[in-house]
Amino acid sequence: MKKINSILIASLFIGSLFISSCKKEDELKGNGPLTLHFDNRAGSADFAMNTNLTIASGETINVTKLKYYVSNFVLVKADGSEYKVPQNGNYFLIDEETDSTQDVTLQNIPAGNYTGFKYILGVDSLRSTLDVSQRTGALDPAGAGSDMYWSWNSGYIFFRIDATSPQSTEAGNQCFFHVGGYGGYSTPSTNNIRTISLSGSEAAEVRIGRNPEVHIYVDILQAFTSPNAYSIATDGASFHMPASAVKMADNYIDMFNINHIHND
Amino acid sequence: MAYFLNMKKAVFVFGFALLLIASCNKEKDSKEEFVFTAPANLPATKYNFSNNPVTTAGFILGRKLFYDATLSRDSSTSCGSCHTSFSSFTHHGHAVSHGIDNKLGIRNAPPVMNMAWSDEFMWDGGINQLDLLPIAPIENPVEMDLEFADAVNRIKNTAAYKPYFKAAFGSEEITGPKLLQAMSQFMNMLISANSKYDKWKRNEGATLTAHETDGYNLFQQKCSSCHSTDLFTDNKFHNNGIKDNFNSDSGRAHITQLPQDVGKFKTPTLRNLEYTKPFMHDGSFQTLEEVLAHYNNGVKTSATLDVALKQNSTVGIPLTPTEQQKIILFLKTLNDEDFIRDTRFAEQ
Repeated sequence: MKKINSILIASLFIGSLFISSCKKEDELKGNGPLTLHFDNRAGSADFAMNTNLTIASGETINVTKLKYYVSNFVLVKADGSEYKVPQNGNYFLIDEETDSTQDVTLQNIPAGNYTGFKYILGVDSLRSTLDVSQRTGALDPAGAGSDMYWSWNSGYIFFRIDATSPQSTEAGNQCFFHVGGYGGYSTPSTNNIRTISLSGSEAAEVRIGRNPEVHIYVDILQAFTSPNAYSIATDGASFHMPASAVKMADNYIDMFNINHIHND
Repeated sequence: MAYFLNMKKAVFVFGFALLLIASCNKEKDSKEEFVFTAPANLPATKYNFSNNPVTTAGFILGRKLFYDATLSRDSSTSCGSCHTSFSSFTHHGHAVSHGIDNKLGIRNAPPVMNMAWSDEFMWDGGINQLDLLPIAPIENPVEMDLEFADAVNRIKNTAAYKPYFKAAFGSEEITGPKLLQAMSQFMNMLISANSKYDKWKRNEGATLTAHETDGYNLFQQKCSSCHSTDLFTDNKFHNNGIKDNFNSDSGRAHITQLPQDVGKFKTPTLRNLEYTKPFMHDGSFQTLEEVLAHYNNGVKTSATLDVALKQNSTVGIPLTPTEQQKIILFLKTLNDEDFIRDTRFAEQ
């Protein structure tokens, strides 16, 4: 009986060794890219500039500029484990007028199946106060970021819609919805940094030599819809100050949805 | 005849000597090194020099940019237009800044001086990095009114700048961050700490008169809670009772949007007051006598008035006429004539 037991234990042990080695072989190796495609929409239709759109209040806007920052990406596997994408080089400015900006490709992601995607809409507070020499690419106030930067109140505009609306009483019926505010440098003040958290049953399969694409629908009208229905007539045609932009920041958390994922 | 010969000789020798002096000076100018040295009596600096140390070539480039009017929309206005060296880098005689197209700003141009000791700039503290500061006046519609990206492009397209960037940063490539860093190098060198007071404080042989000493002691008791350290500012924001409503300019609240910050403005330094009239954020006082009288009996109350100005249920800081005069005598010891006459800082 003792002998049988020890044989059993030995075989179990050997078996478990096999299983663990098999598991090891299954583990994914290496890194690959992952692309998030930001597809701006207006409700169920594709988004179009210079076109009349009806917002929740029933008012009309005609958008002439649409830009927003995305950064601080975190990728989540089905088991809940997270991979934080390094911040450096991973600040992106989505511009409706430039198609190439709408594909955000994150490089050197550990191979794996990712079902959750988190990111900040805007620029984190640390980067908002970093040394000027590190403000390159999308964050360069003399370059790509030039119309997304408040010079008088050091900080980035996270989300910007310029439009016209018959309901605007400003010159040329213009509207400027500029959302920014990272919480203040020495005095705590309005923080409009919002983390977007998306997940679904489909996984983006990151592998060496592949580039899965997460196709994200971005319903721009949602920025005016809920929980804070925005009325140009009563809330104003423009805001350039963080505290006035909180309503829109609380709305645009819900602006993003995963539509589908390409793994081929 | 001998006399004339001698005279001729003397003139010749004198002329030769002059030439020597002139050439020595020239030599000195071209080889002058610019190094940031913190005066002993000032507190620790806030600027991050490890990212952008002052170099001679960087300073020279920064100075060229500071005085370059092409950084304004119509090439009329440079930084130096409203920040002149001989008025301690303020817009002397202007209550509020006077920019492009003769447009007026809403606030008094602050001195560009001892910048390395601050990390919040402008009367409202809206700018939190010296390197980012120049973007604000360049883009401000009533100052220089040019998109910063356009300003950088203009410099990029000016061939004469290439050797300056090469000398300062090792490459002819011109970028926004480099332009800003060079301007910071120039601004960081604008150090004023060579007044009679400084020389007294550092035991460099200067002495204060009895009245100036009285003024200093009064100042310590009555003024130094805000005008603290040898920077003569706490670099914080206070409502000093210039107005009782701030609808036209909410000051710090313009940045923070907090009700408790309405009417607060950054404490200005008290150095070089002789050259920086008029005073206060709106330039509303022409003389130091008016300023002292304001604190004695002119302070206007409002919800955010600084607590230091309402001690013992008294509004303001009670000061007898004699005390006011003594404080003014002390304040005059803070004038640094070496600084405003330093030709290295002026337009070349």
